[in-house]
Amino acid sequence: MTATESAPVEVDVDTDEMIASRRRLLDDGKVLRLSEIDAEQVAGDIDDERMIINMGPQHPSTHGVLRIMFELQGETVVRSKPIIGYLHTGMEKTAEDLSYLQGCTNVTRMDYASNLFTELSFSLAVEKLLGLEIPERATWIRMLMTELNRMSSHLLFLATNGMDLGAVGMMLYGWKEREDVLRFFESVTGLRMNHNYIRPGGVAADLHDGWEDGVARLLAGLPKRLDEFDILMTGQPIWRDRTQGIGVISTEDAVALGATGPILRSTGYAWDLRRDMPYLAYPDVDFDVVVGTYGDTFDRFAIRLNEIRESMRIVEQCLERMPSGDYRTDDRKVTPPPRARIDESMEALIHHFKIFTEGYTVPEGEVYAAVESPRGELGCYIVSDGSPKPQRMHIRGPSFVNLQTLPHVLQGGLIADAVAVISSVDPIMGEVDR
Amino acid sequence: MFGDPIYRDGVDWGDVALMGFKVLLAFVFLLVATMFMVWFERKVVGDMQNRIGPNVAGPWGLLQTFADGVKFFFKEDLKPANSDPLIFRLAPYLSAVTAFVAFAIVPVGGVFREGEIDTGTVTLFGKETYLQVADPPIGILLLLAVSSIAVYGVMLAGWASGSKYPLLGSVRASAQAISYEAALGLSVVAVVLLAGTLSTHGIVAEQAGGLRSWFWLATGVVPFGVFLIAATAELNRPPFDLVEAEQELVGGFHTEYSSIRFALFFLAEFMNVITMSAIMVTLFFGGPAGPIFFGLDWLWPTVWFFAKVLVFLFVFVWFRATLPRLRYDQLMHLGWKVLIPMMLGWLLVFAAIRQHRLDNVDTAVAIVVGLVLAIGATALLMAAFSAGDRAYERENTIKDEVGG
Repeated sequence: MTATESAPVEVDVDTDEMIASRRRLLDDGKVLRLSEIDAEQVAGDIDDERMIINMGPQHPSTHGVLRIMFELQGETVVRSKPIIGYLHTGMEKTAEDLSYLQGCTNVTRMDYASNLFTELSFSLAVEKLLGLEIPERATWIRMLMTELNRMSSHLLFLATNGMDLGAVGMMLYGWKEREDVLRFFESVTGLRMNHNYIRPGGVAADLHDGWEDGVARLLAGLPKRLDEFDILMTGQPIWRDRTQGIGVISTEDAVALGATGPILRSTGYAWDLRRDMPYLAYPDVDFDVVVGTYGDTFDRFAIRLNEIRESMRIVEQCLERMPSGDYRTDDRKVTPPPRARIDESMEALIHHFKIFTEGYTVPEGEVYAAVESPRGELGCYIVSDGSPKPQRMHIRGPSFVNLQTLPHVLQGGLIADAVAVISSVDPIMGEVDR
Repeated sequence: MFGDPIYRDGVDWGDVALMGFKVLLAFVFLLVATMFMVWFERKVVGDMQNRIGPNVAGPWGLLQTFADGVKFFFKEDLKPANSDPLIFRLAPYLSAVTAFVAFAIVPVGGVFREGEIDTGTVTLFGKETYLQVADPPIGILLLLAVSSIAVYGVMLAGWASGSKYPLLGSVRASAQAISYEAALGLSVVAVVLLAGTLSTHGIVAEQAGGLRSWFWLATGVVPFGVFLIAATAELNRPPFDLVEAEQELVGGFHTEYSSIRFALFFLAEFMNVITMSAIMVTLFFGGPAGPIFFGLDWLWPTVWFFAKVLVFLFVFVWFRATLPRLRYDQLMHLGWKVLIPMMLGWLLVFAAIRQHRLDNVDTAVAIVVGLVLAIGATALLMAAFSAGDRAYERENTIKDEVGG
């Protein structure tokens, strides 16, 4: 077994408190434990006090096909239950039938707003099993691209968060900025989403000529827009009223529920894998972990807005310090040889053939590699039996785990608050259902 | 002084024909204006959001609404099994018809001159008449009454749909209408107090003397602000569109509506926007009154009227493009705790000033008494608010202790 090399992490959360939280969360009755049949009966009752209402899977603000069953008293949420599975495509099972080379094509479709992170965690896991060192340039390209992806994902969040609270203008503004990032992605990877760009052994293609200009243009244009978003949203009294003090969660509760990413950080607990369990070249770059104070919807919005700024700092450093060299490992067992070599070398032809038919074998063992996706800890767990295909692949999806917090923060709020809170969790259903 | 001059010398068939013509004119105008209002909104919102907006049907997409209307007309009319069939069918008409009725009292043209008895008339087919469908002596009350009925349309639609989201929308609608009707009415009272008449024509005539005769200080700031906010809420326009609240209630009261019935709601909303803008212009900005150039006195008043209305139409669109939606309790808070007390206080001060002018009371005495009263009223109000907050908190703690 290849042990994951994680430094022991100091948790400054009171453990007793956390255990108490866990116990309390179990039986405080905020989760609606009601089967579909029972719900039908409640709906049939002429009971003025209680109404069971379904939000989703077809609803404008459930970010795809999330379904939440609410028990309402008037418009106040008493209990709720998130129901998932409407986008289940069996990707984790599919992965067992795909070689490690094909694996990225599969995982990239999970979190469709930040595709590169699933690719990255998968690649890191496979590389850890292979014991493969990847060239420095590949590391930095990965860092550049994932940070850009974080920006695009957070911009999408700002857009949908604005829309869910009724500021439809914000939706278009967020999308417009995201579009610029996607255009840059298109110029590098050829695609706007589902890139299959980060692969075990490096990245699929080198950055094209003039990529610096593209990134510089992004970095030049965005700060002004972010300031405008600040004026439009952060400084807007209605916006503040709608988000401040809504969906509050304590650090202990968040940890007990396994929440990560902006939700955990909004409670004031600075937990960011980029800093706390570093991967790629994050120890070499300078950035701040943004934390909130109150753990409310507003904090989560502000954290994401400011994380875009932090990501821009990292991208700027990538731009300045991008090393030269190879963009993928020259281990011929993992990387297919350059096209020209195939005509000259018999060995290259064999490697090429082997990689694209059988795939490469990976030593037996199990491994877990986690990255900080825009939504939290995104981990890839692979069990290998020494064949070219994983025996089992599992993705720890942050959206999936974060959805657990919903019943606990929704209670006592209105439907409108529920919409704001769901939006602030920023779930991507593709990654929840996998 | 008031009342349409064509009725002065009895009513003959010509007068009836003229009235019929005016009704038809108003009807057609409002329909066409609504069509362009929808286009205008989509185009302006599009512009504000870095989009193009409708641009395919007709020049600059002008016929988009028409195309949509035709499409709606030919769509299947669905009726949920749980719905109350009669009320479900009736509701859209309640909304649409009231939108037309309210527009009847708006003067859209006619030369208004200061100090003239029979001002603001035009000559149509050789008869001198007002350019408005009706000028009832209780004009502005009619508006309030009609806008209350319009709420029934929304409320009944949600209730009759027999579905949960529309039901929530209809509950919101009734609460919102009750609270904002009050604020709306109070701000109208300020105008009525100043103009000394309920007739819309009379109110415009009072403001006919150019910019200085618009009631800038007395009604221009507080009552106008309150009216604008309350009207936005009354119209269910963003940021007060809780009744529809697409992101929360999917479509609120019209979730279950389709085809031409949905189109009627849609039409009614935009018609109401136009009507409300027109009312605002009438009450606060002198209606069709304005300077007249080149002696084209049949043209300019109408042009002024439309120009002023357009400003408010733009404001409503602007709201929509910019502001996030308020939450239900925040809406109630704004209505009951801010707008109504503010308007009541303003009315108190305003009525006191008017009365002291009439009674020739010493100004200093009036100011001192007024201040004492205002402070007393504010203190009482604050005490009431804090008592309410305390009661609310107590109730909540009890709920928590019991276990929610």
